[in-house]
Amino acid sequence: MEGAVTAVLLAATHLPSSDDVASFLLNTLNGLTAGALYFLVAAGFTLIFGLMRVTNMAHGSLYLFGGYLGWSIADSTGNWWLGVVGAALAMGVVGVLMQQVFLRPIQGQDLREALVTIGLSVVAADLLLAHYGGLTYNFTPPDAINGATDLHLLGLFYPTFRLFILGLAVAIGVLLWLMLNRTRLGIIVRAAIDDRAMVSALGINIQVIFALLFALGALLAGLAGVAGGSFTSLAPGEDGHYLLASLIVVIIGGMGSLEGTAIGALIVGLVEQYGLAYAPSYAEIIIFAIMVIVLALRPQGLLGRPA
Amino acid sequence: MTSRLALATAIRIVVALVLVTFPLFGSDFQVIQIGAQSLFLGIVALSLAFLAGYGGMVSLAQTAIYGVAGYAFGILAVSHPSPGLGVGPLVVTQAYPWWVGAIGGLAAATVVAFLFGLISVRTRGIYFLMITLALGMIVYNFAEENYTILNGHGGIGGEQAPRLAGISFGDPRPFYYLCLVVAALLYLGLTYLVRSPFGLALQGVRDNARRMRALGYWPEAHRIAAFTLGGFVAGVGGILGVWYYQTISPGSIDLTRTIDILIIAVVGGLIYFEGAFLGALIFVLVNNFASSYTDRYNTVIGLTFLLIVLFSPNGIVGLGQGALRLARAALRRRPGAGGRQPQDAAAGPAAPAGRAGTGALSAEESSDKIIGV
Repeated sequence: MEGAVTAVLLAATHLPSSDDVASFLLNTLNGLTAGALYFLVAAGFTLIFGLMRVTNMAHGSLYLFGGYLGWSIADSTGNWWLGVVGAALAMGVVGVLMQQVFLRPIQGQDLREALVTIGLSVVAADLLLAHYGGLTYNFTPPDAINGATDLHLLGLFYPTFRLFILGLAVAIGVLLWLMLNRTRLGIIVRAAIDDRAMVSALGINIQVIFALLFALGALLAGLAGVAGGSFTSLAPGEDGHYLLASLIVVIIGGMGSLEGTAIGALIVGLVEQYGLAYAPSYAEIIIFAIMVIVLALRPQGLLGRPA
Repeated sequence: MTSRLALATAIRIVVALVLVTFPLFGSDFQVIQIGAQSLFLGIVALSLAFLAGYGGMVSLAQTAIYGVAGYAFGILAVSHPSPGLGVGPLVVTQAYPWWVGAIGGLAAATVVAFLFGLISVRTRGIYFLMITLALGMIVYNFAEENYTILNGHGGIGGEQAPRLAGISFGDPRPFYYLCLVVAALLYLGLTYLVRSPFGLALQGVRDNARRMRALGYWPEAHRIAAFTLGGFVAGVGGILGVWYYQTISPGSIDLTRTIDILIIAVVGGLIYFEGAFLGALIFVLVNNFASSYTDRYNTVIGLTFLLIVLFSPNGIVGLGQGALRLARAALRRRPGAGGRQPQDAAAGPAAPAGRAGTGALSAEESSDKIIGV
């Protein structure tokens, strides 16, 4: 998970402060914003898992595919926002196709579903490499959310785009929470998490709900692809990176729990950034230790429910 | 029963003969690139087949454990480390004899596997897969970012297979035979083990941990022991692998390599020990030969894997067995084979009871639970 970080460390060194407090503040912000990005990626993963028990190992591929596609759209139209919307919608469609064609025939066989998505991710990685090559792609977000923001604190400036990601993650988190807790669809989804068969027996077409949720999860991955690609960059291998980030986030936070995912993402983001700043060789060991502690005390994750 | 057994024995004898005589007619390239590489990749996949088939644990940490053995060997037994990708070694490697490195590497792999087992055995199925993948990738990330012990991205180069009694095991044919003997020992050892009381209890735990607990067993202990043993087997693959590549770096244990081992085991047939080696052979062949026809050989591998998972969850070996069964059924239906009919019919129902004791059949049956049919 080192890739997400270099850019910001560079930014941090240019900022006018060598003060410990200032650097701690910057590291905290780096951690919060990295956590925000991890939340954006992992939210879709956990939604799909929570409802359907499908471990979508191609989630990272949807992220990378969405990112590349968003880059192409933004590059040809010159509009970053179009890239975001286009990538998100396209990945939503790709997600539904994936679910209907490959996963629906083997529905309920969770290990086989995971293996199928692994196969898809291998093919996707190779085809994306064929089309986009091994180059690194960088976005240019619009001026309004680019550049640096004056924090009015210790004379610090901070990359505006990272603050934008933080805001975006909070907004999406709130929207998802409202959707799950305040809408009819949310009630159906939560009921289906508890008892799928009973929900179908009540006359609700559960397959439509599955397809919708899969589309939503994939859409979030595509959105995160453009956001994350603009945050750092896009390159082959990022698919695996964000898949693993999502895995660790949901293992710590609790699989299938939106709130748990937010907490897990924050923990991973902060630990990673503090680790890089204060114990560069051992950040992974700290993440490992946290995972071990969580699993030892609560095998289902912080806010997860026992399987 | 007897005809089936005779056929199986005949196949085994032919395969063994081909494997032993292969270096006599194969070129250097074939012996080392195809033969030896398939064997040690097969050993790593074998550890996964053992865990998945008999423990119900589809582990994605086997590649990382393989890497632990390789790194430990490098640190202990490389006298003149060759710098990796442009970065000079910052690490102090020890120039101990090769056997210290080998034993140390196996010990390190076994200990790490034990720790990973402790962490992950409380979870099952898909959770187990996710947690072992996360553990494996933590090892990878650690190797990537640690420059003080593991030399970061460049890794540690300069590992060499030993010279013993005038034979240099780094040469193609001696190395091939070394891999073959080790693979055969592990294959036979595990085949024996899964039929031992421990192996049967492990299968009991796989099928119904609660019932085993009620019978007085301690399921977690069995699973940890199995995972540790699987780690040892992967570690053996790691030592052979590091002798083969003469270098170990994060690139040897990244996500792609991790998935490769899964692909190998699944394509061969996740629950069959033979499948691990067959899958490795297919994988190595595709890698070596498809790459001369197309740049997209990873797509070929990925699609093969996808098709196997969708249509033949028991892999190539499962396909072969299905074909044999069909052929036998067809033979039985032919009027000409009528003389044998009663005998075979009698053997049919008796077969499960006869083979249950070997454990082989129950693994086959439980594959439904492992991949889910």
